[in-house]
Amino acid sequence: MPEVIKLKKGLNIRLKGEADKILSPPVKAVRYAVRPVDFHGLTPRLLVRAGDSVKAGSPVVEDKFTPELRLTSPVSGTVKEIVRGERRRLLEIVIEAVGDEYIDFGKGDPAAMSREEIEKRMLESGVWPVIRQRPYHIVARPGVKPKSIFISGFDTAPLAPDYDFIMHNSDCSLFNKGIEVLTRLTDGDVNLVLDGSNVSGSVMKGIGGVKIHFVKGPHPAGNSGVHIHHIDPVNKGETVWYLNLQDVIVTGALFSEGRYRNDRIIALAGSEVMKSGYHRIRCGASIEGLVKGKLRDGGGDLRYISGNVLTGSAIAADGFLGFYDNMITVIPEGNRYEFMGWLEPGLNKYSATRSFLSTLLPGKKFIMDTNYHGGERAFVFTGDYERVLPMDIFPKHLLKAILVGDIDKMEQLGIYEVAEEDFALCEFVCPSKIEVQTIIRKGLEMMIKEMS
Amino acid sequence: MNFLRKQLDRVKPHFEKGGKLSRFHSVFDGFETFLFVPDKVTQRGSHIRDHIDLKRSMFTVVVALIPALLFGAYNIGLQHYLAFGPEETGLDGSVTSLFIFGIIKVLPMLVVSYGVGLGIEFFTAQIRGHEINEGYLVTGMLIPLTLPIDIPLWMLGLAVAFAVIIGKEVFGGTGMNILNPALTARAFLFFSYPSWMSGDLVYVHGLVDNPDVVDGFSGATSLALAAAHDISSLPSASDMIIGTIPGVVAETSVIAIGIGALILLVTGVGNWKIMFSMIAGGYLMGLLMNLLAVNAFMELPAYYHLIMGGFMFGAVFMATDPVTAAQTETGKWIYGLLIGILTVLIRVLNPAFPGGVMLAILLMNVFAPLIDHYVVEAGIKRRVKRAAA
Repeated sequence: MPEVIKLKKGLNIRLKGEADKILSPPVKAVRYAVRPVDFHGLTPRLLVRAGDSVKAGSPVVEDKFTPELRLTSPVSGTVKEIVRGERRRLLEIVIEAVGDEYIDFGKGDPAAMSREEIEKRMLESGVWPVIRQRPYHIVARPGVKPKSIFISGFDTAPLAPDYDFIMHNSDCSLFNKGIEVLTRLTDGDVNLVLDGSNVSGSVMKGIGGVKIHFVKGPHPAGNSGVHIHHIDPVNKGETVWYLNLQDVIVTGALFSEGRYRNDRIIALAGSEVMKSGYHRIRCGASIEGLVKGKLRDGGGDLRYISGNVLTGSAIAADGFLGFYDNMITVIPEGNRYEFMGWLEPGLNKYSATRSFLSTLLPGKKFIMDTNYHGGERAFVFTGDYERVLPMDIFPKHLLKAILVGDIDKMEQLGIYEVAEEDFALCEFVCPSKIEVQTIIRKGLEMMIKEMS
Repeated sequence: MNFLRKQLDRVKPHFEKGGKLSRFHSVFDGFETFLFVPDKVTQRGSHIRDHIDLKRSMFTVVVALIPALLFGAYNIGLQHYLAFGPEETGLDGSVTSLFIFGIIKVLPMLVVSYGVGLGIEFFTAQIRGHEINEGYLVTGMLIPLTLPIDIPLWMLGLAVAFAVIIGKEVFGGTGMNILNPALTARAFLFFSYPSWMSGDLVYVHGLVDNPDVVDGFSGATSLALAAAHDISSLPSASDMIIGTIPGVVAETSVIAIGIGALILLVTGVGNWKIMFSMIAGGYLMGLLMNLLAVNAFMELPAYYHLIMGGFMFGAVFMATDPVTAAQTETGKWIYGLLIGILTVLIRVLNPAFPGGVMLAILLMNVFAPLIDHYVVEAGIKRRVKRAAA
């Protein structure tokens, strides 16, 4: 038996609406978008104008400070619209897909290429941003040699897709090619972390070129941040990279086919989805066609989320799949008052505490809406964050250090190792309704500024 | 409920910024959120949130206090009845009559405590423009439950004002205070009006005005008896566990407090580490006292310390206050253990203060940040060491 890292802390939210394991035929989308807001640590400079025609792989946005870092169009077509938010913040570059033209970056054998060539190829094709780094949970900085690379082979987030199912339906040769590429980027290990609760059944345990680890436990046991913390922790001055499983395939496709082809399989899940399942889709596609006819028609408002319910981003009903997301979740909005709601016995109210009667239904799955279920208050209770954070970190102390802007303390308390997604459950369980993820992000931004 | 909601929506604009009643915004918000969980939806971060909020958590603690309160009411009637007999009191000795007698005595204390305390909370929240915090729901219940029944109501009101203003609001309100507010109120009374807070007369209703009692009745608490080395007069252990003995309103019954503890532990609102380690600390110190025993009090079986006085009430409801306790998980073990140890130490070795729980918890409240500091420093050292390795 291989060694399994067992984590006790964490929480599997018993949310209703897991996706059925059925792979549907692909739905072609017309509109696609590049969303610079998906990329932390990137200061976008727009390279196209509305009306420009682009090919798959054409640069659309570059980073102001590292111009070789660029975002490229996932499809060929015409730039339809540039959407800006408050203070002209660049939100979306909408592209209408026409034809199937792509820029040929040339096939390549990673074993025969130098590290610089590989890096350059990934940067110019727009594949590079699939790699992110700790510290700071930002797009990996080019030119840095990480001490190791992590790939998470399972996702423990609520309603998350089953990676084994996805891999079963994916092109394994592209994955292997991707691994080959990654091993050239670091002198350390490329670590593939698999679900320790299914050691024998894993599709991926035979994959070569990587060091395989098993981690077992409730969410966030599938987060790369947690894996890195337990396997090869980030100390000051060190960098570790990580990427999503399917982005390894995207990387492999670049070198096998010479093109930027960001296709993936995503799950459509959530309590408001009647016909859930898995779909092949290209990154950045509008979800309009995907969700059409598959939702419950209850009359209430719906929240469409690109990603999971803890860390995903809210999008419009015809919004776009985010760059790092592998699922679309649809849940009810909670924009209604509830009379004496806090006093109810709460048979259908899920809580991580056992203060509602729902505790008596251990197997039940719950529908949850987007209501806060209470007002924001000061920190009062303690121990609740610690129970859902499987890292050697003092969450409240770190948060308070960020709130007062104490850089030294943040560093000492482990800010380099965390990302907001690792704290998502703290935010979920918080009875004081504190915006934990926002605070963590603020702390990370502060550190970036301080260190640059 | 639609009608109520409509009425609220109708008057709401007046309380919002720019409205003519905007200076009462916090008060309105307090009432509105009491009646209705707001319709606010998540904008950032996690899209779904746990159903628990501070109202629910605090309310759970209040529910956990109810068994102790109910038994306390009964016991007030019972002690009064035992002291003065059926003729003098006009009670028939049935559980119902004793309970009704007691609850009539306790209710005014609760009314004063909540009235004064919530009044100040609303006022300060309004000044600060904050939302009203639910913390006082618990404090307001705890204060009367830890006082002798005959304490004049104006003293109670004064103590509440002191605890809320000096104990809490000057530090920034709920979540920022260093000392447990309920114990701050109690300590304030203890040192300001000792004649109302200690002695053999204050714990039974009517004794202060009329010490003429039935032969053989003593209003002394078990702790006072033990401190006087009058071990033979101590009530039996079973009486102490059931709680039919003189004492402050709700501290006497280990069973009633135990039910409360169960509620806190099952719901996960109370911290078991602190409860457990405090009980362990008290017991271990009791054993140590046995080993070193030079007098009757020190010879007392160690478990007596756990069932006498306010030990259990302190362990379940006071030491576990999350704001004033240690915040780190390791810190909680140390914090609880030291409270237990100190409680017995103060009881046995300090002749002036037989009630050691209050002082022990207040003292450890002060030291809790220091304990946390060392626990966190140890964590920081671990990280530094890892980097060096």
